[in-house]
Amino acid sequence: MNTFFYIAASIAIISTIMAISGRNAIHSLLFLILSLLSVSVIFYLLDAPFIAALEVIIYAGAIMVLFIFVTMMLNIGMEGRTEKKWLRPGMWIIPSLLAAVLLADFILAITHVPVSPSVDQVILPKQVGISLFSTYLLAVEIAAILLMAGVIGAYHLGSQKKKITHRFLIKN
Amino acid sequence: MLTVPVEIQIMLAGILFLLGLIGLLVRRNMIFMLMSIEVMFNSAGMVFVIAGKQWRQPDGQVMFIFILAVTAVEVAIALALILQVYHHFKTLDADSVNKLRDSN
Repeated sequence: MNTFFYIAASIAIISTIMAISGRNAIHSLLFLILSLLSVSVIFYLLDAPFIAALEVIIYAGAIMVLFIFVTMMLNIGMEGRTEKKWLRPGMWIIPSLLAAVLLADFILAITHVPVSPSVDQVILPKQVGISLFSTYLLAVEIAAILLMAGVIGAYHLGSQKKKITHRFLIKN
Repeated sequence: MLTVPVEIQIMLAGILFLLGLIGLLVRRNMIFMLMSIEVMFNSAGMVFVIAGKQWRQPDGQVMFIFILAVTAVEVAIALALILQVYHHFKTLDADSVNKLRDSN
């Protein structure tokens, strides 16, 4: 059990280092997704399966897709057609090896570990939900207001305003 | 049953936070700076989950859910800002966006 934790932790650290030191933004984003997946495995090992699922769904699924969309829209880090370079083994052998090790780690951790030796030690999603909507109800409403403000702000900032300039004021 | 000492778990979160901080300070590309902030958010949430496991309370996981919501809003706003900056300045270099700086 501890070995699984150490493997996932080392994959998290290695992929984070690769993510913040890479030159190509897309490659760094994929390394960051790998780092988030390994953190999700760590959450599973920490008896928080609900948080592990949320980490995969929201962080690696939604937020990173936003990042990748913007990076591809801006078209940075892609000078020319570099597909031939990407298909060399040196480009994808390290991330795919790390991802394979992480997958093997997760499968072994699921199959070889007895499911929750005593149920009252694991915090179930039911307890989390009850606590979320009773003790922290005000905070949930504040988070809802924050999400609303985020939607409006992102819409306002993302809209392209057409610049109207008088023709005498246009500088060449 | 995970018997890794809690110090090592906290240390892992600290290492990830430090890596994010280093990335934020070293990189000048705005996409990379935002990614580093994501790493820092994630490690902060990991500390909450570790503490929630240590005391067997659901509060840590509740806090992680709030961190998730805050992160989603922050990413959406920051990416919209990055798009605007790219349209105005045609670059993502954070050092070149210094129109508010004093000229002395």
